[in-house]
Amino acid sequence: MMKRDECFRVLARHISDEAVVATYSSAVDWVAASPRALNYTSIGAMGLDSSHGLGLALGRPDRRVIVLQGDGSLLMNLGSLVTIAAVAPKNLVHLVAQNETYEANGGHPIPLPKVDFAGLARAAGYAAVYDFTDLDVFGQQVAHVLEQDGPVFATLHVEPSKPLTYDYPSLYDPAKRKAFKTAWQTRG
Amino acid sequence: MASAGNDRVLLSGARIIAAIKASAIEYVLSVPDITTSSGLLEPIAHDKDLRLIRVCKEDECIGIASGLSYCDKRALILIQHTGFLDSINAIRGIAVEYKQPICMMVGLLQHEPERTPRASSRYGVRIMEPILDDMGIAHHLISADADVAKIQPAIERAYGEPAPVAFLIGRSPT
Repeated sequence: MMKRDECFRVLARHISDEAVVATYSSAVDWVAASPRALNYTSIGAMGLDSSHGLGLALGRPDRRVIVLQGDGSLLMNLGSLVTIAAVAPKNLVHLVAQNETYEANGGHPIPLPKVDFAGLARAAGYAAVYDFTDLDVFGQQVAHVLEQDGPVFATLHVEPSKPLTYDYPSLYDPAKRKAFKTAWQTRG
Repeated sequence: MASAGNDRVLLSGARIIAAIKASAIEYVLSVPDITTSSGLLEPIAHDKDLRLIRVCKEDECIGIASGLSYCDKRALILIQHTGFLDSINAIRGIAVEYKQPICMMVGLLQHEPERTPRASSRYGVRIMEPILDDMGIAHHLISADADVAKIQPAIERAYGEPAPVAFLIGRSPT
């Protein structure tokens, strides 16, 4: 089992001008690993991370979009797997941190902790699907995961974190949304 | 009132689609709705100037439209009022609190066109305008051809402010 913050530090070494959509615990760990204007952390409703990511990918097919979603969030928007597979954006990478809990809401288990998200994504029709349980293997393959034609899906099997500090005013800061838009439209 | 009705009142789907295009909408995000099925969704599906994205659940549309807005791409969400009600939290967070230009065209299922939505015998229809008012979302009833002229200025206003807007489709377009 991996640690989410360690996975994200590995991921951060391979990121340049991609948009990264992240919420809740994933956003906390991602922003700590890679604070940047191209982080998109204002989702507005739990589960919609993947849908925001699809919109960004559709609107800028020349840029790559990475979604960092929690397992509880994806369960709230499971249909987005089918929508994304149908639209088939080549520039979308969808990573799900499976810690088997609603970590930001008290650490309660998700309804089926061992649910096979990679299998669901494969059945939906993602172009490529991965299932990572080992940090070294993730580190060896992450560059390929990020570069290949999408939509790409990967489950990151991670431990629940120690209690995090959720700075929601910062994550949802309107100034950061404005900065994201400027960066997203002017780079690349 | 243009929508006050009799059987001769018409609502042209082609006119609505023309207004959508005149508003620089590129994407239509939709879950099918029987009120708008044949008059809007079906012709939109075959329209080469609009890209239809079929989604599984209506709140996905709110997130996709938000992402597109960061790319300066305009989208129209075409759903049923039941889907609007199911998406209230996403609309609250993204459209209202984040002040995003979320443009929604909402079919009023089983609404009687000769009545106003507030006077509908259908509870779900009756609560639509009060909910939109409470959320501070601009809304326009589209029940006759004369109402179609409201669409383009309202979409321009939504993207200009930015702010959400809802068009309530009060009869099946033909």
